[in-house]
Amino acid sequence: MNIHEYQAKAILRHFGVPVPEGHVVYNGNSARDWAKRLGEGPWAVKAQIHAGGRGKGGGVKIAKTADEVRQYARDMFGMTLVTHQTGPEGKIVKRVLVEEGSNIADEFYISFLVDRATDRVTLMASAEGGVNIEEVAEKTPEKLFFEAVDPVAGLTAFQARKVAFKMGFAMPQVKQAVPILMNLYTAFVESDCSLLEINPLIQTADGKLICLDAKLNFDDNALFRHLRIRDLRDYEEEDAMEIEAGQYDLSYIALDGNIGCMVNGAGLAMATMDIIQLYGSSPANFLDVGGSATIERVTEAFKIILSDKKVKGILVNIFGGIMKCDVIAAGIIGAAKQIGIEVPLVVRLEGTNVELGKKMLAESGLNIVSADGMADAAEKIVKAVNG
Amino acid sequence: MSILINKNTKVITQGITGATGLFHANGARDYGTQMVGGVTPGKGGASVDGFPIFNTVEDAVNETGATASVIYVPPIGSADAIMEAVDAGIELVICITEGVPVLDMVKVKKYMEGRNSRLIGPNCPGVITPGECKIGIMPGYIHKPGPVGVLSRSGTLTYEAVWQLTSRDIGQTTCVGIGGDPVNGTSHLDVLKMFEADPDTKAVIMIGEIGGDAEEQAAEYVRDHMSKPVAAFIAGATAPPGKRMGHAGAIISGGKGDAASKKAFLTECGVSVADSPAEMAEALLKIWKP
Repeated sequence: MNIHEYQAKAILRHFGVPVPEGHVVYNGNSARDWAKRLGEGPWAVKAQIHAGGRGKGGGVKIAKTADEVRQYARDMFGMTLVTHQTGPEGKIVKRVLVEEGSNIADEFYISFLVDRATDRVTLMASAEGGVNIEEVAEKTPEKLFFEAVDPVAGLTAFQARKVAFKMGFAMPQVKQAVPILMNLYTAFVESDCSLLEINPLIQTADGKLICLDAKLNFDDNALFRHLRIRDLRDYEEEDAMEIEAGQYDLSYIALDGNIGCMVNGAGLAMATMDIIQLYGSSPANFLDVGGSATIERVTEAFKIILSDKKVKGILVNIFGGIMKCDVIAAGIIGAAKQIGIEVPLVVRLEGTNVELGKKMLAESGLNIVSADGMADAAEKIVKAVNG
Repeated sequence: MSILINKNTKVITQGITGATGLFHANGARDYGTQMVGGVTPGKGGASVDGFPIFNTVEDAVNETGATASVIYVPPIGSADAIMEAVDAGIELVICITEGVPVLDMVKVKKYMEGRNSRLIGPNCPGVITPGECKIGIMPGYIHKPGPVGVLSRSGTLTYEAVWQLTSRDIGQTTCVGIGGDPVNGTSHLDVLKMFEADPDTKAVIMIGEIGGDAEEQAAEYVRDHMSKPVAAFIAGATAPPGKRMGHAGAIISGGKGDAASKKAFLTECGVSVADSPAEMAEALLKIWKP
């Protein structure tokens, strides 16, 4: 789960990490009022969307007067912000963060994440801040520093010092960086983050370290023990169909192609997308119906697939283990009768009760093409769609 | 012979009184697995469907001599269940549960350091030695005893590979689902080493996915140490980049992780890589005759 920058900063402030004073606003007038309360200008006016790269798209402005704050905020509300992370359709700005301005002397990069190679939370840092860190990793990997954290000891002071010295800080800044890094680690583990990224951490003209931007992603599987964080979820920032799917425990991701897929299991679902491409077409979605699909869930899965108007055909690929093929067949028949499937439908069933499932489909009177094996299924659906 | 489990393996089920745990305990017993009991705190002394129930894993081990445990405990208690099994000296712990918090697994991995247990999973279908012992949620009948080892992160994609073998009348020594989570107990490399050491395993199918570099590490082992032919499939060529992970996750794996680069590296290491998931068995038969 993602949250907004202003929410991330509130969490970090709670853990004793220095962030600029600021407030989220929903209209221009309150942007101006909050600017005045925050003190003398300049101020930063920052569009709040769940994507990076906002500055380049006009989503971050520096205002010198309170009236300027109001004007910039008004310009941002309702604008569609397109960045390299939003996709071409962009995101509409509904919340704006007004913050005290900072006098930036230097910029740095810090992140924490779980490294699956070491099974440890790992601190990643660089003196190259405020830039695209992927480029740093690609072109100058020697400028990135890593420190794996022992889960019992936590991030130790000596590790934080090591990283701070490598980042090139002088002693007054090292003394600030050590508690910042240690508190960021605490925030990461106590909030069950999957990613915590500070880009940039800045050194101000008077030598202070401040986290100027903050990005926190959370492990969805751990949200059950973080109810306050779960409440920060902004549904307007997420794909409506993915939310809808989630309510039925379906895992759905929209893609660009025209063949809808319904599969059980994430690995087989990815493989099904791959084989559609091998046969010359492309998948419209990833959809994993999970291990215990009921008629209701299969019906819902069809509705979600068909709500995408690009879909010109559907491939169902089920290898029944726990999930019995006759249950899937009943779901397909029930859904087809209930919502009416107008596009070609190819079904490949294998596994428990497969003969019964195939018989049910054949006798349903519905226009369903049965397939034997994945290759046959892919060939048939691509032919049906492409002609 | 086989790896990890065989007809003599005694298994307990943690979370046996849950619907899923009991269903699969019965399924495993029907297959012929020695399912010797289960653990549900507070229900010790009772029994369910003929399985004796114990309050703790320690009690269960003392009473039954079990050396393997399968965990169906919900995510909130999965890490604790794994550590309890490890503490009780269970040699093989298989955690089926999906949705275990990643940081719980980071702690579990640390806890297991220096102890003698092996963990498979979490978020996995389990392990089966066809004809002898089934621990997990896979449909038993698609398997058949024989010479091929199968390993994978995924459940249903493993069934696909197994089915391709069985329908060609080629059986399996052991099939291992290591699980799809970022932090798990056993890697591709660990299982390949076991297959290499098992005299009855003559060839291996390894199924990988995009992300991380576990498949590359396994491929280096194939190139440098493995005497047996290995075929592979990498799922996710069409998966959108960065959808699952934040971009920092892709960086730490050193730019590796996409399907094309994984396939190229595996091929370079002498692995027969299937372009299509429908051709996993074919890819193996290109380099090996049963």
